[in-house]
Amino acid sequence: MAKVLMKGNEAIAEAAIRAGCLNYFAYPITPQSEVAEYLCWRMPEVNGVFLQGESEVAVAYMIFGAAAAGARVFTTSSSPGISLMSEGISYLAGAQCPAVFVNIMRGGPGLGGILPSQADYLQATKGIGHGDCRMLVMAPATVQEAAEMVMKAFPLAEKYRNPVMILGDGLIGQMMEPVEFPDDLKSEPTNKDEWATNGMDHRKSKTRNLVRSLFLDPVVLNNNNLVLKEKYEKMKDEILFESYNTEKDYRILIVSYGTMSRVCRTAVDMLADEGIHVGLIRPQTLFPFPEEAICKAVTSSGCKLVLSIEMSMGQMLEDVQRSVLGACPVEWYGKCGGEVPTPEEIIDLIKARMASL
Amino acid sequence: MAKAFQKPKALFDVPTHYCPGCTHGVIHRLVAETIDELGVRGRTVGIAPVGCAVLAYNYIDCDFQEAAHGRAPAMATGVKRVRPDLMVFTYQGDGDLASIGMGEIIHAANRGEKFTTIFVNNAVYGMTGGQMAPTTMPDQRTTTCPAGRQTNDVGMPIRVAELLSALVTPAYITRQTVIKPKFIKRTKKAIKQAFTYQMEKRCFSLVEVVSTCPTNWGMTPIQSIKWAEEALLPYYPLGDLKTPETDEK
Ligand SMILES: Cc1ncc(C[n+]2csc(CCOP(=O)(O)OP(=O)(O)O)c2C)c(N)n1
Ligand code: SF4
Repeated sequence: MAKVLMKGNEAIAEAAIRAGCLNYFAYPITPQSEVAEYLCWRMPEVNGVFLQGESEVAVAYMIFGAAAAGARVFTTSSSPGISLMSEGISYLAGAQCPAVFVNIMRGGPGLGGILPSQADYLQATKGIGHGDCRMLVMAPATVQEAAEMVMKAFPLAEKYRNPVMILGDGLIGQMMEPVEFPDDLKSEPTNKDEWATNGMDHRKSKTRNLVRSLFLDPVVLNNNNLVLKEKYEKMKDEILFESYNTEKDYRILIVSYGTMSRVCRTAVDMLADEGIHVGLIRPQTLFPFPEEAICKAVTSSGCKLVLSIEMSMGQMLEDVQRSVLGACPVEWYGKCGGEVPTPEEIIDLIKARMASL
Repeated sequence: MAKAFQKPKALFDVPTHYCPGCTHGVIHRLVAETIDELGVRGRTVGIAPVGCAVLAYNYIDCDFQEAAHGRAPAMATGVKRVRPDLMVFTYQGDGDLASIGMGEIIHAANRGEKFTTIFVNNAVYGMTGGQMAPTTMPDQRTTTCPAGRQTNDVGMPIRVAELLSALVTPAYITRQTVIKPKFIKRTKKAIKQAFTYQMEKRCFSLVEVVSTCPTNWGMTPIQSIKWAEEALLPYYPLGDLKTPETDEK
């Protein structure tokens, strides 16, 4: 297919349809309302379902109900809206139902601001809901990648019978870039008859299915949590990251994701022009986190310092520290009000830190 | 000889966990009979609430989803929108529907979602041990209003059926009770009517059932029936509040 110029939010919307997801429920919030504005006319074109819910709380349960009935379904929101969906995400994980949640992050806490941010890193990777609940988190850096990740998210959600999150910042949602929807990422919904409440007439077995997360017997609940834990461990098979400029030796390694990583990449290029080599690792999955890749990048080089550069107040720092295993110091740099740090700021920082190494 | 009375197919033959004199069991049976009579068990999805009836799926034999507290109408919306051919009902208590889930039920009713809600009003939070509900009567004692509901502090009990019938969207809204055999028959008729409207893809339907909670009312089953009749029914009058036909006129 030819490339088309699209806004990130619209590309996300179209990607879901191309992936075979024809059901969307959402509540408007900046900076991602274009997804709903696109799907309100696009879904009817493909005989799909579009519904604007009365709140993000309700939307999370519309998603749960639809997913539990065996449908491929997704929603999009931004930070405060995701907080409201958090209870529902936990229910989906507990009941082992697949669905895709897109968070186009804005600054916080509270009402925060409407400009791009990465301030929901910890919420997405460690605290998405109560109980032992985790979700696979993918972070795109371009509109093209956002579209591809959305398309991959549905089969992954179904493979693990667990919610999957696409964590983008406001810039990914708002900017326009050329995008192509790869045909090979189209996927058929898997056979859900074993567990979905899609009506027992519909199934060969003719026995009823229950979708639930209540297990009053402590042994049974513990067993359910062991099943979930095993799935979360298995998700390590899906780890994705990109290494940039790591062929030559470097004394500083940057770890950065999403829009922030694009700025870091420009800084790395500009420094390389001056003969200064800095490595960059860009996690594409945030949970599970590419720990081993980061560890290797540090131990197999002359790396003396790792910088976690984020549009949040150091939320990824601990993950990077734990990956490095004490091999060298890890420091944070970032901003989180809606401004994106510039390549020049990063170059100045690196030069200053280089001088003191 | 044909059996005059038997267990509905949609009801499991198991001992109940409900307290003696609790009306949840009677209402479960009426739902199961309706499912049998309409022949829709194989395409019915029930949505269980958070409340004493969370285990409704241990009694009613059809596909079931278990909702979060108050969110059953949103889940039913999700199911119905993606699978309009399924028959969907939510079964909710008064804490679940009229307190934490008030937003979801109003919007589902207002959108005219084509599912059925069985709303069990026992004027108290049963499962958590008898706290005040939005439907608790003035001066009724509960564990969080031991001196009785003070209406100058927390307002008057909410009449859910009246509130929902004020919405302009066509719907079937009725209030019934199961405290006496003659009422049970009427409740059964109402539940079947509600499911039928759904089957015809006509409208949203809700059957409020005035019920008892002997355990948390601190009464015997017999006293509970008397109190429900004398204290609840005058404030919660029985009958149809809204039908799609009245709206069509
Ligand atoms: C979010 C949330 N808040 C609170 C609770 C605790 N809780 C469980 S059942 C219940 C009240 C149920 O009362 P009602 O809906 O009247 O049903 P009944 O038990 O009387 O049938 C509450 C408050 C919960 N499970 N989830
Ligand atoms: S606590 Fe009340 S509502 Fe719950 S089972 Fe007992 S009598 Fe019924």
